[in-house]
Amino acid sequence: MATRAARRVLPGFRLSFGYAVVYMCLLVLLPLSTLVITTAGMSWPDFWSAVSSPRALASYELTFGASLVAAVVNALFGLLVAWVLVRYRFPFKGLVDALIDLPFALPTAVAGITLTTAYAPNGWLGAPLGRLGIKAAFTPLGITIALIFIGLPFVVRTVQPVLQDMHAEAEEAASVLGASRLQSFVRVVLPQLLPAVLTGFVLALARGIGEYGSVVFISGNMPMRTEITPLLIVTKLEQFDYQGATALAVVLLTASFGLLFGTNALQWWTRRRLATP
Amino acid sequence: MTTTQTQVERPARVPARDSARAGAPSLGRWLLTAAALAFLGLFLFVPLALVFAKALEKGLSAYAAAITEPDALSAIRLTLLVTLIAVPLNTVFGLAAGWCIAKFEFRGKSVLTTLIDLPLAVSPVVAGLVFVLLFGSGGALGPWLSAHEVNVIFAVPGIVLATTFVTFSYVARELIAFMQAQGREEEAAAVVLGAGGVQTFLRITLPRIKWGLLYGVTLANARAMGEFGAVSVVSGHIRGRTNTVPLHVEVLYNEYAFSAAFAVASLLVLVALVTLVAKKTVAWRARVEKR
Repeated sequence: MATRAARRVLPGFRLSFGYAVVYMCLLVLLPLSTLVITTAGMSWPDFWSAVSSPRALASYELTFGASLVAAVVNALFGLLVAWVLVRYRFPFKGLVDALIDLPFALPTAVAGITLTTAYAPNGWLGAPLGRLGIKAAFTPLGITIALIFIGLPFVVRTVQPVLQDMHAEAEEAASVLGASRLQSFVRVVLPQLLPAVLTGFVLALARGIGEYGSVVFISGNMPMRTEITPLLIVTKLEQFDYQGATALAVVLLTASFGLLFGTNALQWWTRRRLATP
Repeated sequence: MTTTQTQVERPARVPARDSARAGAPSLGRWLLTAAALAFLGLFLFVPLALVFAKALEKGLSAYAAAITEPDALSAIRLTLLVTLIAVPLNTVFGLAAGWCIAKFEFRGKSVLTTLIDLPLAVSPVVAGLVFVLLFGSGGALGPWLSAHEVNVIFAVPGIVLATTFVTFSYVARELIAFMQAQGREEEAAAVVLGAGGVQTFLRITLPRIKWGLLYGVTLANARAMGEFGAVSVVSGHIRGRTNTVPLHVEVLYNEYAFSAAFAVASLLVLVALVTLVAKKTVAWRARVEKR
């Protein structure tokens, strides 16, 4: 077998594998294990009261709610942006395409102060919104705006390659058979894009749940009203409540690992579905 | 445009439908493009323009003063130091992980690949928290460290550790994808023909993965220079000593020194823009070399 031969032929397996595993254990697994150890040192009532205090519950509602709304907006508009970038031509398309990744590359604190200034009551975008009676900065809406920015590239970048590789024949067949543009989009194109949209949606959601830097500036940080869970963790740490902070961290991590595990399963399922026609 | 061509080439049997279609899509197309660009404008372009407008609103000399005052310079020095430690460490790890995952078959490979992505799913705040739990005064190693007068938390080592944690996955992910796509036949051939391991790596593997490596390093670099949440938790915010560039931006902003905050922030925006250019270049080089 080629694999087995290659394994014998190529050198460096033990060195590279050993180094990678030791480095990962020291830098990632050992620090993360402190969460498990600290949680194990807590009694169940202590843990439960830390994760279910009214302030914690209000922060979950805000964090998960705003992340969900932002991810839904990003799923819809990400699909639109990917469609326009792949199917249409317009001036500066290359530049626009390159800038899609800006939220990945831009430090979250910079995103935070920029969006706050733009959407503040006297800001470039906040002032026109204010005249419409909408307050963006320092409200849950502002948090959602920051999370839309942070999650913007995910759906675009998962949908784009699928759309590029999609064959036009099925669409053309649909239109020759008399389907309207909307019909052929909904019946022919959308089902093929759905797994990619879902993957991007979940990635954006998971990112939004843990997001801190871009949100703390625009949120106003009022307990029970505009306090996200990551900020509550920081507050607990500043009060040296390590156990309370750890309990909340466990809640956040369980949610984001669950979502990530879900996407992996989704991708596996899609590959299998595509492999067996 | 390809669509117009297919419409022209279509047989003349259905002329009515074709002419109806030729008018409608251009309006729909225009509306969809406008909607997409309006969305991107509100969330991307306006904020990007705002950074530079605010940074320069008090003139070039104020801009220069903001980025050359002592606290800003010490923040820049600290950020460069942290990046110069964290990124090379993760690059060596990325090369090792890429080599063993892409070139060999072994049990637990998918577990290893999943674990490499793990830090990306950890909230930055939690990434900082785990190092406080490990090295902080109430942490597992805290008493030992204070007995030996070693400061990790609220000091530079903690910032380095947190930054290395959050940038852990970037190089490895890019390299695994690149090396897996290239297979192992060329390396195997070189080794069979008598090349040593180091020679094979330097002569065969490295030239083929250099664009993926460069992109991974650029991504890790941008994240290392810009990390806020994790570093904020472990740094202790000591001005001139443990403030990185993003933390310095926060301090200036909270002191209502808005133009100074945006001036320093614009340096980080430039790093981000260089990262985007690097991405485009790598995609373009990879296409050219495939031909």
